[in-house]
Amino acid sequence: MSPESNPTGNALLGAMEGPAPAMEIALDIVKRSLWVLPVVLFGCAAFWGMNGALSGAYALGIVVVNFVLAAWLLQVTARISFAAMAGAALFGYLLRLGLIFLAVMLVRSASWVSLVPLGLTLIVTHLGLLFWELRYVSGSLAYPGLKPKGTSTLSTPSIERAA
Amino acid sequence: MSTLSHIVHTVAQQAGEATADADAAKNTAAASGAGMAYGLAAIGPGIGIGYLVGQAVQAMARQPESAGQVQTTMFLGIAFTEALALIGFVVFILLKFV
Repeated sequence: MSPESNPTGNALLGAMEGPAPAMEIALDIVKRSLWVLPVVLFGCAAFWGMNGALSGAYALGIVVVNFVLAAWLLQVTARISFAAMAGAALFGYLLRLGLIFLAVMLVRSASWVSLVPLGLTLIVTHLGLLFWELRYVSGSLAYPGLKPKGTSTLSTPSIERAA
Repeated sequence: MSTLSHIVHTVAQQAGEATADADAAKNTAAASGAGMAYGLAAIGPGIGIGYLVGQAVQAMARQPESAGQVQTTMFLGIAFTEALALIGFVVFILLKFV
């Protein structure tokens, strides 16, 4: 945050500069979800048949869109101000819950939907992808999906590299 | 004989109506319970996310140079907290529609 970007001096009105870590995490989760997709398809197909596989894939899509939307909202509003980012995080939560509700309600009567695998996949993949991502975030002490490749990554955090 | 069959018919009809009423009451209770479960499940994460974001914004305002690190943690925290609401939602759809 440079003084030029925040002439009022109010820290809450300052905007974030440099890379957007939330979007990096979300895109990393999208990449990991491609690995998870076959597991979801086979797992759901084994227990609930073809409808289960389709429902599982749909639930995984909901989870991924949810992550990307959350990150995008944070990324865009963080460029405006920290206060706007806080508002986006809170109202974004409501918005995304509403969208998930709509996404499920719109298809619940469809012939290819099986609600049990859909619900289970929603929870399991959401938490599973997060824990998977957390391993790498923890491993690099902050930065998403940027598993330390050498000593230089740890010694120069990306925010410094971007500056 | 005719009177007896009329009585039996009336009793059977009333029993059927009582069963239908019980089913309707059960369905209403299930729908209310499911709605309440979802609503209650959304309150907790809402409070949690509010607290988390408030603290994160305060941290970013105090130390803008570590804003990226704080945002990373904040994003993951929001996602984990949101999982609680998702669990409530899934319980809702399973109770209501399965």
